[in-house]
Amino acid sequence: MRTLKFLLQKEFRQIFRDPSIIRLIFIMPVMQLMILPWAADYEMKNIKLGVIDHDHSDYSRKLISTITASGYFILNDYAATFNQSFSEIEKDHSDIILEIPASFEKNLVKQSEATLFIAGNAINGVKANLGSLYLRTIINDFNQTVRMDWIQVPRFSPETQVEVRSSNWFNPLMNYKYFMVPGILVILLTMVGSNLTAMNIVKEKEIGTIEQINVTPIKKYHFILGKLIPFWILGLFVLTLGFIIARLVYGISPLGSFVTIYIFAGVYLLAVLGLGLLISTYAATQQQAMLISFFIMMIFILLGGLYTSIDSMPEWAKWITRFNPVSYFIEVMRMVVLKGSSLYDIRKQLLVMGVFAVVLNGWAVVSYRKRS
Amino acid sequence: MTNEKIITADKLSKRFGDFVAVNEISFEVCRGEIFGFLGANGAGKTTAMRMLCGLSLPSSGEATVAGFDVYRENEKIKKSIGYMSQKFSLYEDLTVKENMRFYGGIYGKSDAFIKQKTASVLEQLHLQKEANKLVRSLPLGWKQKLAFSVAIFHEPVIVFLDEPTGGVDPVTRREFWHMIYQAAENGITIFVTTHYMDEAEYCNRVSIMVDGNIEALDTPSALKQIYQSASMDEVFLKLARKATRADG
Repeated sequence: MRTLKFLLQKEFRQIFRDPSIIRLIFIMPVMQLMILPWAADYEMKNIKLGVIDHDHSDYSRKLISTITASGYFILNDYAATFNQSFSEIEKDHSDIILEIPASFEKNLVKQSEATLFIAGNAINGVKANLGSLYLRTIINDFNQTVRMDWIQVPRFSPETQVEVRSSNWFNPLMNYKYFMVPGILVILLTMVGSNLTAMNIVKEKEIGTIEQINVTPIKKYHFILGKLIPFWILGLFVLTLGFIIARLVYGISPLGSFVTIYIFAGVYLLAVLGLGLLISTYAATQQQAMLISFFIMMIFILLGGLYTSIDSMPEWAKWITRFNPVSYFIEVMRMVVLKGSSLYDIRKQLLVMGVFAVVLNGWAVVSYRKRS
Repeated sequence: MTNEKIITADKLSKRFGDFVAVNEISFEVCRGEIFGFLGANGAGKTTAMRMLCGLSLPSSGEATVAGFDVYRENEKIKKSIGYMSQKFSLYEDLTVKENMRFYGGIYGKSDAFIKQKTASVLEQLHLQKEANKLVRSLPLGWKQKLAFSVAIFHEPVIVFLDEPTGGVDPVTRREFWHMIYQAAENGITIFVTTHYMDEAEYCNRVSIMVDGNIEALDTPSALKQIYQSASMDEVFLKLARKATRADG
């Protein structure tokens, strides 16, 4: 116990004296939380539209102005032929082309039916897809308005119409910041937990103090606890700082209880600290540790459900995400923050995280040797 | 110096794959002795020392340090030894006092012991004014002396010094050896590796390792007689020239 006291005292002194760690734990959360949620948005805006209007009629102009008034599209070019417009796409100036045929108004009036042509640039698949979807929705609305103008709707409309009204539960305004902020908090915690721990121990290897420790009668578990406890506390501190920023900047405070989040975060940190410890036992230099944790973090983030939904991944990728602690925490974070889930609702994830913590730390303890 | 054996090694070997770093070395070191462990780079000195300190597991052979077996009781050995490695290994971002407190503390020394010992070490090193300065800010010579003081802070039975005076100026080296003599007078056994042959002359006995074997082991004066040399330098050159192993 006394040995641990000396180890912790030393570790905290070193942390508080290291300006780079202090900068990291203060600036990293602030920067990431202030910038990323504004930039990482799933909504498509500023889609550049090319229009070829062969009709030049009242209705075609009305349609075009409805589209540009929606706010999603910017009218990039107004060409005479499809080829002209297509060359804009080739130069990557346009994302989507809308072609209005010559007889648009005539057909619409006479036959109550007209065709339009939409061509999207699918190099950015998401943009093309969402763009044509938005365009179709706007055209549909336009369609409805035109009908209303013309047809006197009888009391019982002969035409059946199905109208869909949706409401978005737990995030009614579909505010992506609500979705991103809890996820970014998780990534922050993971970085602090695994990177800082790994780098800290490997640094001692590099400067040779670890050998000095290894010739002392310090017990292995003392040394490991002496490393884990400070970074565990640091991790919870970063989480708290993150929640303060989320509250002040985005007005996000968890619907569920902080106790639930902190209990899960406590166990989660044990798991990622164990991972950091494990990296440190295999890396000989800080460079190696950095590269290994960079590689792991990449996979964790891309397969963690922060940017892309896990449900839409192929079966094998879903299977991998089950071994990714980040995916559990992001899920739990969103459940508790947005939905107000309780400890009972996240018991399964908590249990899995407990297993992660035991396995990773156990592995690290076994592979850390005082004697080669 | 008494005849009590503090270190015994019997056919101690370390192999890394096909490479025999240390080949069946046998020797004994008595309490209070200053034992010089000489050899060219790559002769196996550091490997042998690391086995005795419990940092490296021997491949074969027997050895005891302070009466404890290196295989089974290496954690007990660690309580009785001090160690100063080639690399400077104090915490540069801790102060002089904090380093002493830390190393004293992890050897289980009481607060009263640490306080009293810190004061006496600071006085001995004339570092009272620098006590609260970060170790990083001290010149190398002072750091080395401080590292030695910290290695014997917990008053071990034996201290292992691995090239302790590397890169240090001649004046500081002399002061350093003065400290070693003082420690030996206080009953601490000194096991020291070095490249400086003038330092070898300060030792009670020296062993010279060549390619993993101990080629010679005796007092400096006896060795000079055996090899008909005027200085330890010549003795060393005569033996080390036989080496076939590459540097490193």
